Amino acid sequence: MSSKIRILLPVKRVIDAALKPRINKAQTGVEAAGVKFSINPFDDIAVEEAIKIKNAHKDRVESIHAVSIGPNKAQDILRVALAKGADTSTLVDVKDQEVEPLQVSKILKKLQEKYNSNLIILGKQAIDDDSNQTGQMLAGLLNWPQATNASKVKLNADNTVEVEREIDGGVEVVKASLPMIITTDLRLNEPKFVTLPKMMKAKKKPLEILKVDDLGITLENRLETVKLEDPPVRQGGAKVGSVDELISKLKELKAI
Amino acid sequence: MAVALLMSCAESYPQVKRLDFGKITPQAVDFFRSVVGEAAVVTDQDDLLFYNEDQMRKYRGQSSLCIKPKTTQQVSEIVKYCHEHKLALVPQGGNTGLVGGSVPVFDEIVLSLSSMNKIRSFDHTSGILKADAGLILENADNFLAENGYIFPLDLGAKGSCHIGGNVAANAGGLRLLRYGSLHGSVLGLEVVLPDGTVYDSMNALRKDNTGYDLKQLFIGSEGTLGVITGVSILCPARPKAVNIAFLGLESYEAVQTTFKRARAELCEVLSAFEFMDRQSQWQAKRFLKTAHPLAQDDPDAEVPEYPFYVLIETSGSCKEHDDAKLETFLESIMEDGTVADGVVSQDESQLRTLWTWREGISEASNMDGGVYKYDVSLPLPVMYELIEVLRARLDEHGLRSVSDASKPVVDVVGYGHIGDGNVHVNVIVREYNKTVEKCLEPYVYQWISDHEGSISAEHGLGFQKKNYIGYSKSEVEIALMKDIKSKFDPQGIMNPYKYL
Repeated sequence: MSSKIRILLPVKRVIDAALKPRINKAQTGVEAAGVKFSINPFDDIAVEEAIKIKNAHKDRVESIHAVSIGPNKAQDILRVALAKGADTSTLVDVKDQEVEPLQVSKILKKLQEKYNSNLIILGKQAIDDDSNQTGQMLAGLLNWPQATNASKVKLNADNTVEVEREIDGGVEVVKASLPMIITTDLRLNEPKFVTLPKMMKAKKKPLEILKVDDLGITLENRLETVKLEDPPVRQGGAKVGSVDELISKLKELKAI
Repeated sequence: MAVALLMSCAESYPQVKRLDFGKITPQAVDFFRSVVGEAAVVTDQDDLLFYNEDQMRKYRGQSSLCIKPKTTQQVSEIVKYCHEHKLALVPQGGNTGLVGGSVPVFDEIVLSLSSMNKIRSFDHTSGILKADAGLILENADNFLAENGYIFPLDLGAKGSCHIGGNVAANAGGLRLLRYGSLHGSVLGLEVVLPDGTVYDSMNALRKDNTGYDLKQLFIGSEGTLGVITGVSILCPARPKAVNIAFLGLESYEAVQTTFKRARAELCEVLSAFEFMDRQSQWQAKRFLKTAHPLAQDDPDAEVPEYPFYVLIETSGSCKEHDDAKLETFLESIMEDGTVADGVVSQDESQLRTLWTWREGISEASNMDGGVYKYDVSLPLPVMYELIEVLRARLDEHGLRSVSDASKPVVDVVGYGHIGDGNVHVNVIVREYNKTVEKCLEPYVYQWISDHEGSISAEHGLGFQKKNYIGYSKSEVEIALMKDIKSKFDPQGIMNPYKYL
């Protein structure tokens, strides 16, 4: 294993985190027409962290390769990743098909092999399906160590990585040698704006488009979404005129 | 209370004398209680402070009574009583006005519309919203958003200001460039006239050429002709795709060039074009305490050295179309050097963050103790000159210093709606001070008048600019306005000491 670090950076295009998703009329999924899509916020943090590592260890990081699995429009978020500092990128075009975490992991494994990556940084979960599985499954498939929910990442000179994870009542520090997988949590860093000159330069950076067939993978989903429903609407509260009324109401409701 | 009480208007402006209005009697208070109920009449001195003081803490009245009616009928009964007993009134919305128009000067009764906050109806086909005057602008817009529509007005104070107050002040705001002024979008109003009569044009149509368009008189009347209780307004479809570009520029000429080019090249998707000088961004940074959009690498870094910043918003119905248009435009103005640096929002939260660097200036200007605000329209070529002239003048008088706390003025910052020829000049002060005020006024009004501008583009006249209307309006115009006022309100009980 060469001592150079080659980062693989998987990013997902999701409905913008600041928007309220709506369930479609057929109750089979979330309405996607006319809705703004952006990079999954956890993946955005992963991008930021990869760039930070590269900037801090310029001589040791050989490349950052961003990859997205999604529709053709996912090129937008790859362009942003390139503008922020990724060197090359791949879009695995699956059109509008939902891809389950296991399939995502298998695709990413192929890309890891193709690009000989030895550090994979990705969001701990995507905010659309909230699966929180891809990083772990990929670690299993590759048989690599994993540090999930990272809130701080420190790359040591001997190619070991120390990762802090926030746990109930404190911080857990895990340490592993490359190759490894890191999934990012919210507090790891704050993603920055990307400047226009960088956006313009990013247009010239490589963006390859592959089909899953090209990687020798056939997509098959194991899960079926039966039905999606909005949570029940909260009943409004009521005002009472006096303490006595409050007590009698509570008694009525058998609360006391 | 930790903060020292402000001097009241009566103390600060001894030349203004209380007019011969009736005094509030216990019988009057009893009557108001019988109309609106016990809980809707405020007489506690501490609670009244909220209604007596404006948000800049510049003006403070001494009212001993605030009434919060819930229906138009109640407003009518209150005003009728005041008319009969010659009691002076101040209609008050969200109290976010910037010229002291919404607070009492002496002991005028505060008539707060805050309890009249319901949406009355919304027509999903025409986009006509009918609502109580006390509805908060942001609530109105959130409601419309759920229905695919947008309120044609947006401004920094949207979380507190009322739509009735917006109409009374004829607020301009951030979307005027796209959707025009309230004189165009308001279709009808419900107003309680100074004798208690209810004027109702809520069912007005978009096109109606029968007689004088009376509602226009109330738009921008600042509560001097009646109390607006209901608003009917035409709302446009909400754009599905919104983008923000935040740019750094090397000169004011470049700002003008960028505006001209944006209008031509972004055309129908251009929805806002705001400019900010570096000093305003410096102040905003002190307030927001985060990294400036153009200095992202180091959160402690100073605002970059560009003298001007521009925020461009595009709104349209097709994201791909807008993105392509904006990208082409930005590339061309970057390549020819008109724009030195910039960022584009990649998601909703970045979009909101970028707006805070424009919208936050107003609040940031208040953080040192106070602010003298001048909201002026000027021809574009001389617009920024006013700020430079004022800085030089304050320096001549030895009044300005960013670092020296013994000087009353921190700085003068300029920002505003280039698209509408409207600049906001904020003179940030450590304390309100007569020397500063005398140095600024009437000098600033004379300068504006000499350069063919308006002394109030969108904030109105209120108490602050009452005496300066002559700089923007002719004697004939002022005489006509006075006639109108005395026709509607012969006793002068509606929002006295202001406007005219």
